Amino acid sequence: MKLRKNIWTAVVGVISLTVLTGCIFPLVLFVLGRLLSPGQAAGSLVTRNGVVIGSRLIGQDFTRPEYFHSRPSAAGSGYDGTASGGTNLGPSNPKLIGDIRKLAEDYRKSNGLPADAAVPIDAVTRSGSGLDPHISPRNAELQIARIARARGLDKDAVQRLVTNHTQEPQLGFMGSPHVSVLDLNLALDRAAPLIPR
Amino acid sequence: MRSLEYIVFLSLVVGLAWPAGLYLARVFEGKPTFLDPALQPIESLLYRLLGVRKSREMTAGVYTVCFLLFSGVSTGGLFLLLLVQHWLPGGPADHYLTTPMTTDLAANTAISFSTTTTWQAYAGETTLRYLTQVLGLVSQNFLAGAAGLALGIAFIRGFAREPSATLGNFWVDLVRALLWVLLPVALVGSLVLIWQGVPLNLAPYTEVHKLEGGVQTIAQGPVAALEFIKNLGTNGGGFFNANGAHPFENPTPLVNFLAMLAIAVLPASLTITFGRMTGRPRAGLVLLAVMVVLFVGGLALCDFAESATPPRLADLHVSGGNMEGKEVRFGIGSSVLAAVVTSNGATGSYNSMDDSYQPVGVLVLLVNLLLGEVIFGGLGTGLYSIIMIALVAVFLGGLMIGRTPEYLGKKITASETRLIVLYALLTPAVVLVLTALAIGTNAGRAGLVTNGGTRGFTEVLFAYASSMANNGQNMAGLNANSVFYNLTTAIAMLAGRFGLAAIVLALAGRLGAQRRWPTTLGTLPSDSAMFGVLVFGTILVIGALSFLPALALGPMAEALQH
Repeated sequence: MKLRKNIWTAVVGVISLTVLTGCIFPLVLFVLGRLLSPGQAAGSLVTRNGVVIGSRLIGQDFTRPEYFHSRPSAAGSGYDGTASGGTNLGPSNPKLIGDIRKLAEDYRKSNGLPADAAVPIDAVTRSGSGLDPHISPRNAELQIARIARARGLDKDAVQRLVTNHTQEPQLGFMGSPHVSVLDLNLALDRAAPLIPR
Repeated sequence: MRSLEYIVFLSLVVGLAWPAGLYLARVFEGKPTFLDPALQPIESLLYRLLGVRKSREMTAGVYTVCFLLFSGVSTGGLFLLLLVQHWLPGGPADHYLTTPMTTDLAANTAISFSTTTTWQAYAGETTLRYLTQVLGLVSQNFLAGAAGLALGIAFIRGFAREPSATLGNFWVDLVRALLWVLLPVALVGSLVLIWQGVPLNLAPYTEVHKLEGGVQTIAQGPVAALEFIKNLGTNGGGFFNANGAHPFENPTPLVNFLAMLAIAVLPASLTITFGRMTGRPRAGLVLLAVMVVLFVGGLALCDFAESATPPRLADLHVSGGNMEGKEVRFGIGSSVLAAVVTSNGATGSYNSMDDSYQPVGVLVLLVNLLLGEVIFGGLGTGLYSIIMIALVAVFLGGLMIGRTPEYLGKKITASETRLIVLYALLTPAVVLVLTALAIGTNAGRAGLVTNGGTRGFTEVLFAYASSMANNGQNMAGLNANSVFYNLTTAIAMLAGRFGLAAIVLALAGRLGAQRRWPTTLGTLPSDSAMFGVLVFGTILVIGALSFLPALALGPMAEALQH
């Protein structure tokens, strides 16, 4: 074996194949992505009245009673789009149990639920990304009464919005039913415009 | 609903493995395929550039050296790129890159990506330039994945050929793996991902004005360039810290499902390729059947653990399965499927946080890693993982019936058995020694910043199991960006990639040089259901003998605590 020749082949090989897979491939994909799905390639940004108000895919935090609330988040100080991540707390970690106890109490209080009401688990746990844009349909339903009151809307009208925005498992069998919090809140604002604070 | 997703997934893996396996056999036997007119000009151009003659075959030794040289140059190049990345133009802006690229982190990352491990001791959005991600990481996802596939093919040739001094040409296998397999599939797959919402841009991090007021900054980047190949090449390192949980990396359940198929189909199909190239299709099917049985067992157990309401939340009146660290769009089903597939598939791209899994869920993932990823496994490497264990089974079977053990007409004599035993012992030796070192030293225990006790021990064991299996997923509560962990996980990654590959290629060289012995009445049939049961049992026995004490200290003890 000619070792020197194979070293040369390895160097040329890594360089030329890096050009092929690390330059040409992404460039072709970049151009095709721009042509075929420009909105998605740019990050699925949502504009309202000419202002970019978020990304369809990235969750944001809501605290006002007039809006549906997202899940708790461990990304930075909450829904930090530059610091994705979960709590990584193990299931027997006392901190996790304490956090969930507190989150469940807060959830019941803000939605006027009795102390022994079952809380959907997605409402009191933090997602892996910290940027989960969705909540479960059950979580949305438990918030309807609060929102209807705060907005002066009919409960049934809010319920209809939730139903319309519930996405069933994709192709009937992939994933779980989910509701996009941002989409739902935008629909709420269209139904009963909110005076900015 | 969950079980329907599992069933459709497994049916598709098995169903697609058949045509994919036959296609792979054609590609690496140099037979015509429908892509030839488009790809042959590029192929010839590359051979001319590399100075490779297609017909020149290599012995096992030369094949190994070329693989090592290629990986070495890749590692060195990526290491340099990481060290100079702060001088590269483009996003993200400097003030977002808060994690310093230290020498040990750069070395760990370079080794990690050139071994397909893609263990990440950093968070992508706060550490890397877009150009580093594309030039350095996207390319290594392709190159290291293709090199792994080449290894698997060379290993098959050891059984398929008789008697032959050579195992093929590494450079030819590498180029054909890239051009005929990874690049075309990744191109189509990536376009589907963009359509589903995975971004591909070079925009600065975007400031948006939230509905309630206030500003949210959203990390952007050329995510889709990495997203499909990271799974197809069984690498798995994410663009962002949250990896497959991040909505930009994995926006819909469909994307998740396709990603899991990308991980599992090719490694599963290599059993068919093996059967085709050796002329013993049933022997390949037996291996696939063993994989499927083990897969179903792990999936069922993990699903059982995660779908129940967490026992420690019983008195809090909370309803639903364990959603800590999981995304609503995936729910329990798509999360567990991804956890099990990625832990089997040498791919770190989980979509939910392993560290928040129930003890029994973690146990399943950890056992998958420790068994050396015999279920589908890494691209190319998964096939030799299961065959090496099958050879142990052959040896045991030979002892039982008192004959010279042989597999597909190749005799497993004392010197082959030595290599097989060395292979089987390397993983426990590396993983257990490094775990003991970490648990026994302050530098190692300093990483336990989130969880303690049994869970902390499991985090450490998981880190080395994942590195050794070239998987790369982690229980992220462990703070692994320290000189100690960057160094020790790198050792495990190197041993898991090059140590095992060297043994495997040496064995393939020896077997290839043998002529094929005729099957007689005394031969233990290697394509019967009985042999499948023997392989299945051997996997469990070797796993239990090597790791039961460590598992008892970690997830098993945690499951029993209350």
